[in-house]
Amino acid sequence: MILNMLADEPSAVAHYLSIALRSIFVENILLSFFLGMCSYLAVSKRVDSSLGLGVAVIFVLGITVPINWVVQHYVLDPGALAWAGIPDSDLSYLQFLTFIASIATAVQIVEMAVDKFSPKLYAALGIFLPLIAVNCAILGASLFMVERKYAFGEAVVFGFGSGIGWMLAIVSMAAIRWRLRTAHIPGPLKGLGITFITTGLIAMAFMTFSGI
Amino acid sequence: MQFLRNLIEKQRQLYHAKDSKFHKAWPLFDAFETFLFAPEHRAGKQGVHVRDYVDLKRVMNTVIIAMLPCLLWAIWNTGAQHFHAVESLLGAGKLAPEGYTLGWLQALLGGPTLGAVTAFDTIVFGLQRMLPILIVSYGVGLGIEMVFSVIRSEEVSEGYLVSGMLIALIVPASIPLWQLAVGVAFAVILGKEVFGGTGMNIFNPAMMVRAFLFFSFAAQMSGDQVWVAGNNSQHLIDGYSSPTALAIVKPSVITDASATLAEHFSRADLFFGNIPGSAGEMSKLAVLLGAFWLIFTGVGSWRVMLAGVLGMLGIAFVMHGLMPASFGGPVTLSPVDHLLVGGFLFGLVFMATDPVSSPETNTGKWIYGVLIGVVTFLVRAVNPAYPEGTMLSILLLNAFAPTIDHFVVAANIKRRLARS
Repeated sequence: MILNMLADEPSAVAHYLSIALRSIFVENILLSFFLGMCSYLAVSKRVDSSLGLGVAVIFVLGITVPINWVVQHYVLDPGALAWAGIPDSDLSYLQFLTFIASIATAVQIVEMAVDKFSPKLYAALGIFLPLIAVNCAILGASLFMVERKYAFGEAVVFGFGSGIGWMLAIVSMAAIRWRLRTAHIPGPLKGLGITFITTGLIAMAFMTFSGI
Repeated sequence: MQFLRNLIEKQRQLYHAKDSKFHKAWPLFDAFETFLFAPEHRAGKQGVHVRDYVDLKRVMNTVIIAMLPCLLWAIWNTGAQHFHAVESLLGAGKLAPEGYTLGWLQALLGGPTLGAVTAFDTIVFGLQRMLPILIVSYGVGLGIEMVFSVIRSEEVSEGYLVSGMLIALIVPASIPLWQLAVGVAFAVILGKEVFGGTGMNIFNPAMMVRAFLFFSFAAQMSGDQVWVAGNNSQHLIDGYSSPTALAIVKPSVITDASATLAEHFSRADLFFGNIPGSAGEMSKLAVLLGAFWLIFTGVGSWRVMLAGVLGMLGIAFVMHGLMPASFGGPVTLSPVDHLLVGGFLFGLVFMATDPVSSPETNTGKWIYGVLIGVVTFLVRAVNPAYPEGTMLSILLLNAFAPTIDHFVVAANIKRRLARS
């Protein structure tokens, strides 16, 4: 059934699928925009911890992008406050501030909720949740969402897709770095140097789906 | 032989000791010696010892033997496609016989009589294109490897012997040599030496050369013009276009790709390799000969090969059945044709089985192989930008090979913990 819908190009499923594929592979937020590099470089030493961070990023991106979509369309856009009786408002200059504030708030609330209702998940995500509130990939995804004029549904798919793409990148990097720990890498390139080179090569491999 | 042995023994003292005259060049001497003679590391029959001469050099030579059918066919078919193109242009009156220029080897050995081209002329033209490609590929690659070994004072490792020939077989025969040299330098330095040389690289070096050329010099690596080599300054034949099998079935208006393909190439043509394409990938027969040799000698992993074929056949079968014909393009190609077109079999047999860049666990190899087949098909079917997906799917899975290994090992640990 899904495939039948896929066959009609303009149908909704194909459209969402292409946004998902694009945000995971083609316009991977880490490998093609190099956002979220700091935690990517710092946490990609072990697969397990990078997996935890990756899941947390999916979680946070999936929540904050839709939230920021609502903020953008009902508060910030020119005339967005018409529902409150202020039709000629334009608060878009507050975009950065509001987005960061809403990301921080959302992460904090989610953290408390997870702690309360699922201590096991909280233990798994642990330190990562507050850590990624300041990750540039999170703010970056929200800003891309505004720039590309996504509708609400598209924003949800884009948020989750970007998160999955980021997780794939950091997990594969962590596994590669674990393998490279015994390699005879030239002295000056050890550590960050080889990580950057490998990141570039992975980015080349991720070009597989460019063009979709 | 004894004469050579004596000569080497005499020279050894100049290189071996720490304070000897040419100690810096010891890796080069060692490489040369082990190239001529098997190293003496065979021990007695008692205890746990290395009892065989199977070392890296032997493994690499086995793979090179496996590639010989492909190389021979590449030489023949480069010439055959060239004269096929020239004669079709002559027949159409677009080329005058006196307008045919000779290349360097043809000038040396005598040019062809157009209209009555012999097997000798075909081979001469093939050699004329393939020899410089091989020389540049090996010259640049081995040169860089030797510089790095001397700097690190390590032995020159044989890993590049296979890569060098693979590179010659996966580029179009019309590739400009300077581009090839740049690509080889990129892949050997940034894809291999910075990771610590042979056995440490994450990505297959030969695939990296091709990917680098593909993204940097798209005009010389894709399209309909480049697959048949000629003698003009761009190594092309003016005014002759020859789309590959995959480019023919790419347009999404085609609703029965197998029938469209059959109009251009018969299955026998596809199988024996009588088609335009990258130099060595065309003949599936030659690839299969190589595959049998690799499996027979135990050098190539049959798991990766079988899994790749099954993955490709499986998803092609499912998508062929499920998708309506109106979707068009390569989805409507029958599963068997998907194996026969493009470089999938070649990539699977010679590149995906690379023991360095593929997973080390057996379960991991199955997963890796199947995913290569599936991703290759997806790129062919749904990515409008590229007609072929073998190269990029292998690179993508190279990037995830350590991840696959990690999770296979983690699952094993978990299972064994649960058992006790």
